[in-house]
Amino acid sequence: MLQSLGARVVRAFFLVSFAYFATTAVSPAGEADVVNIYSYRQPDLIRPMLDAFTRETGIRTQIIFAAKGLEERIRAEGALSPADVILTVDISRLAAAKDVGVTQAVDDPAITENIPLQYRDEEGHWFGLTMRSRVVYASRERVSEDAITYEELADPKWKGRICTRSGQHVYNIGLIASMIAHHGEEWVENWLHGVKANLAVKPTGNDRAQAKAVYAGQCDIALGNTYYIALMRTNDKEPKQKAWANSIKVLFPNADGRGSHVNISGMALAAHAPHRDAAVKLMAYLTGEAAQKLYAETNHEYPVKAGVPVSEMVASFGQLNADPLPLSEIAKNRRMASELVDRVGYDDGPSS
Amino acid sequence: MTSLEPILGGRGRAILAPRQSAYGRTGAYAIAGAVCLFVALPLIALAVIATGSSGEAWPHLFRTVLPRAMVTTALLIAGVGVGTAAIGVGAAWLVSMCRFPGRGIFEVALVLPLAVPTYIVAYAYVEILDFTGPVQSAIRDLFGFQSARDYWFPEIRSLPGAIFVMTMVLYPYVYLTTRVLFLMQSACALDVSRTLGSGPLRLFFRVALPLARPAVAVGVTLALMECINDIGAVEFFGVRTLTFAIYDTWFNRGSLAGAAQLAMILLIVVIAIIATERAARGRQRYHITTTRYQPLARFSLTGWRAALAAFGCFAPVALGFLVPAALLADFSSRRLEQFTSPALLSAGINSLTIAILSAVAAVFLALVLVYCARLSRSSGVGMLGRFAAIGYAVPGTVLAVGILVPLAAFDNAIDAMMRSLFGISTGLLLAGSGAAIVYACTVRFLAVSHGALDAGLAKITDHLDMAARTLGRGPVRTLTAIHLPLMRPALATAALLVFVDTMKELSATILLRPFNFETLATYVYSQASRGVFEEAAPAALVIVGVGLVPLMILLRTGAQNAVERRSASTRAGST
Repeated sequence: MLQSLGARVVRAFFLVSFAYFATTAVSPAGEADVVNIYSYRQPDLIRPMLDAFTRETGIRTQIIFAAKGLEERIRAEGALSPADVILTVDISRLAAAKDVGVTQAVDDPAITENIPLQYRDEEGHWFGLTMRSRVVYASRERVSEDAITYEELADPKWKGRICTRSGQHVYNIGLIASMIAHHGEEWVENWLHGVKANLAVKPTGNDRAQAKAVYAGQCDIALGNTYYIALMRTNDKEPKQKAWANSIKVLFPNADGRGSHVNISGMALAAHAPHRDAAVKLMAYLTGEAAQKLYAETNHEYPVKAGVPVSEMVASFGQLNADPLPLSEIAKNRRMASELVDRVGYDDGPSS
Repeated sequence: MTSLEPILGGRGRAILAPRQSAYGRTGAYAIAGAVCLFVALPLIALAVIATGSSGEAWPHLFRTVLPRAMVTTALLIAGVGVGTAAIGVGAAWLVSMCRFPGRGIFEVALVLPLAVPTYIVAYAYVEILDFTGPVQSAIRDLFGFQSARDYWFPEIRSLPGAIFVMTMVLYPYVYLTTRVLFLMQSACALDVSRTLGSGPLRLFFRVALPLARPAVAVGVTLALMECINDIGAVEFFGVRTLTFAIYDTWFNRGSLAGAAQLAMILLIVVIAIIATERAARGRQRYHITTTRYQPLARFSLTGWRAALAAFGCFAPVALGFLVPAALLADFSSRRLEQFTSPALLSAGINSLTIAILSAVAAVFLALVLVYCARLSRSSGVGMLGRFAAIGYAVPGTVLAVGILVPLAAFDNAIDAMMRSLFGISTGLLLAGSGAAIVYACTVRFLAVSHGALDAGLAKITDHLDMAARTLGRGPVRTLTAIHLPLMRPALATAALLVFVDTMKELSATILLRPFNFETLATYVYSQASRGVFEEAAPAALVIVGVGLVPLMILLRTGAQNAVERRSASTRAGST
């Protein structure tokens, strides 16, 4: 009796799983009016732009969102990959996608016109969509300075006063890589030692946690991306975050010199994109006036297209003077940046 | 006949053992081999990836990363190992051997932390213990401190903090495996010791603990593998383990091959741990050969002893479950509308489906492995099964790549074949479908089901096999008629553990999933990844809630069946 029960369970298992997998499998041929997006960006952050695209063109979009490894997935899927467009933050990831060979070049006049040369790959494998600057969150109460440089973060006057998230986080890797491009490896190693010695606590948490730490008085300055301050100041669900962000003034480092470090969120066309035309249409749309405005208003990022205004909140931070360093230089130095962080023992914090 | 046999029986079994036909043994080897291959496929793929050029990864790893990562990982393992063993075994002993107020409730409640994903507990403790949290605020109010510099407070985002959080979340593995063993062990063994004058403590250390060793080993191994593969909590706490280094090597230094090589080193460490424990155990056997099972007479605790026991059981439940759950409930109370959202509902259905399918698959495969090992009477087959299940220790994203590569290669081969033969494209059949996720979770959590079933089967005396086989039953009939009924608690434990673990699984699921496909865990992650963890609270609470029900069932069947099983095996033994 038990045997027949076992057989029934096994049969049911296969039936159910087959039915289930049949419904979840990726359809090979696909429809013409869809764009498949592999995204490192959280879907809610890009949904407004995608919805607007669908309203205008009738082309649907579907998303796979993951935190890590999407390039490897596309590479493994090979010629059958359903991926059309890759959306991600951080120049390093865009460059990595190109390096592993899962992207293809796009030469679309609308896109190249909308995006300044500095923010796209010269071979057309990736394009920036929005910018964010890595700025200093300074306590309104305890920091009198209204200007600062990245170089100055190693100055002993900040001893015990700085908070950052892990040095290995892509946002910090990007910043450190830009420092390497400007100053060279050896200089940056010393600089990192200096910043590390100035830390108030071990690097942990995310950018919001750094803002909280400044608010709490654990440190006086912290590194963070611009849009977080805007998002926290407008956070009605967790009003306490408004208090964190309001205790902070945004300082754009090197504003009077070479400019503040910026990173991008961007896009690339997948090497085997099955819906190439629709995909390029979407890419062009995302660089256009309407989508760029939405990016600015809903996500508080800097539009990459010239002439599109930033959100009111971001405008209140002051004028962004972006470091004109080509992003490909940053991508090139990211491995060295990551090695330096380890070598200096940055994440061990100030005590060691 | 049996009462005179040594409790740690096994001597003389060579004579009694039924002769295996060469055919049966080869069959067992072949089946076990096939299952192992199926399960180890992702690891093999990783090994192949690891043969690639790692670029310049290694000089850097050797010089700066590995020494520290090794030490950090070793300390984490040691801390979590000792912590989970102490709490798990202690709590299991108290609830199964002693009587004190609240015992019945604690028996169930002690499993609850298993329902909460580790990274959520990690987050909750930062929220509670950091500067703006309730604890430090209260301290400041009490003593009139102004800023963080006026007083010292332990930093939760640290190695000790990680050890604390992981111990609190993972001790139930040890508690569950050990408790089942305490419930099932013969009262005789303990009674003999008691008549010989052992007090409760002596009884625990000299008899019960040594007898429970395989179960403790299984529980601790599971806890350690889970702690090794964790990235969520260690990243959040800034604890630079080997897994952390694997991710850095892959993403920041662009070397997947280097990352795969590190993962292989990680596996060697795990294999070494398992092999050492096995070797130390030697050829001892742990099943009880007596058929005289009696309900255990529990020690009655009174006064301060009872209070201490109750507190000892309450503390882990409070720290591992009540505190994080309360925080989630607080966040959720401001987001009640989310509970009725269709997104959450469909994520819940997806999670349930994946978890049930994975649980069935993982239990079935584990059963095949442990039974083949028993039939072949070869420790080699047993070890093979154990090593096949080692994928648990691999960080989820890395394992996911190991799964993608063979599945996608298979899909591409089928597609190419179908194109050339029939001119139709079949596209991706397996990669990027629900099947890939179920495969991933099955492979990942086979260690869990394998451990539970291995321990369960080991406790059934060989004599029953011999009797059944003498009476003309084949190996399959023996399994279905004798072992499966006797193993019901172990089967339930295995299935429910895999179910709960799959409900929580994030890192492989998120990379392998189809378009627009959310599980509860990916839903939580995608909210949390915007830096708004609070938004994820309702979904996290649903994960906890859906995990709770099976845990309750688990406990109930565990307790009932231990009693039933005693009478069942008495019956079986006397026929």
